[in-house]
Amino acid sequence: MSGKPKLHYFNGRGRMEPIRWLLAAAGVEFEECFIETKDYLTKLQTDGSLLFQQVPMVEIDGMKMVQTRAILSYIAGKYNLYGKDLKERALIDMYTEAMMDLSELLMSYPFQPEDKKEQHLANAVDKAINRYFPVFEKVLKDHGQDFLVGNQFSRADVQLLEILLMAEECKPDILAKFPLLQQFKAKTSNIPTIKKFLQPGSQRKPLPDEKDIQKARKIFF
Amino acid sequence: MAGKPKLYYFDGRGRMESIRWLLAAAGVEFEEEFFETREQYEKLLQGGSLMFQQVPMVEIDGIKMVHTRAILSYIAAKYNLYGKDLKERALIDMYVGGTDDLMMLILVFPFLSDEDKEKQLAVIVQKATSRYFPVYEKVLKGQNFLVGNNFSWADVHLLEAILMVEEKKSDVLSGFPQLQAFKKRISSIPTIKKFLEPGSQRKPVPDDKYVETVRRVLRMYYNVKAI
Repeated sequence: MSGKPKLHYFNGRGRMEPIRWLLAAAGVEFEECFIETKDYLTKLQTDGSLLFQQVPMVEIDGMKMVQTRAILSYIAGKYNLYGKDLKERALIDMYTEAMMDLSELLMSYPFQPEDKKEQHLANAVDKAINRYFPVFEKVLKDHGQDFLVGNQFSRADVQLLEILLMAEECKPDILAKFPLLQQFKAKTSNIPTIKKFLQPGSQRKPLPDEKDIQKARKIFF
Repeated sequence: MAGKPKLYYFDGRGRMESIRWLLAAAGVEFEEEFFETREQYEKLLQGGSLMFQQVPMVEIDGIKMVHTRAILSYIAAKYNLYGKDLKERALIDMYVGGTDDLMMLILVFPFLSDEDKEKQLAVIVQKATSRYFPVYEKVLKGQNFLVGNNFSWADVHLLEAILMVEEKKSDVLSGFPQLQAFKKRISSIPTIKKFLEPGSQRKPVPDDKYVETVRRVLRMYYNVKAI
């Protein structure tokens, strides 16, 4: 019996955030069940809700889906955000896998021990500026279109916007040398479903603060 | 211009092995170019062949594909090993996610210090027998394949994972009768049987020479810690 998708995670970004973004971009309303304590996580692990005892978990269309990639692929496929054929899919997959690598670096920054933070940030910024952003800047330059793949809005565009904003949170002028990415950011932010998600009061989660970090450490580590 | 897919990587397993398995299972012949020197690798880098400056890279159907998961998904879909609809795809993606997480624990193994190797071995066996194998054991009760009663990428990936863990602990499947039967069954599929025979493009367990080559060519992974 399907109703709205239901997201099981802690009340923060982590690995669930790209899923929130994609559902929001697709205009899909969703509910959230927040894991507040280690006991509740243990309960989910022992009652068989989590295939590999891990979150994110999303209840959708009668399935209890786990594995972030699997969930994102399913949503993208269902809501036509995965290109029109196998080759467009291949491009989308290559771009989004790379974005996930960068996201991992950016996302884990607040959780680094104090003495490792500076180096971690420097590495993340270096990778963003030298490895990842130049590729997407070039893709946009080469075809001159608004969207990354096939002249059509896809999950790759949603994920790119998310990453650009995360990167700017780490270093506000990080897009200085990437005019097309700046343009992309402005245009994509204006897409109605995304514009709504970017407004206060949406289900988008903020950067973790010290309290959130301590809480996550208690539940997950 | 279609020819055989061409794989660019080291002469060893690493992240490319799952791709070799899948191509072989699909009965697709492929060529390989192995990195022996830093210069070879830099040539590829400077030529712009590596989209994000990383390998694996597979030249297939006119695209220079990178990122293991993207490559595997493409091959699976192209050769009808990705289920018949969105929901079967979802199951396959979930199962492959699990076996991938398990195999990642083994991937780093050769790069660890001897002391860390011992610890990691315990982690691999513990995760395999308490987190991953029980899931697949349960799924396989009453069916021959993991998803949709049809051979898929998920089955190939699981067999690869099982064999890799067995290399670390030969009796690890005791207590998992379904997985034992699965292993026998999938190993006897003609394309897979061929891949398991000596002389195939399957790579052996990584040794010190492999580790040294990777470090020399990539100038990385000198100080890998157990996850």
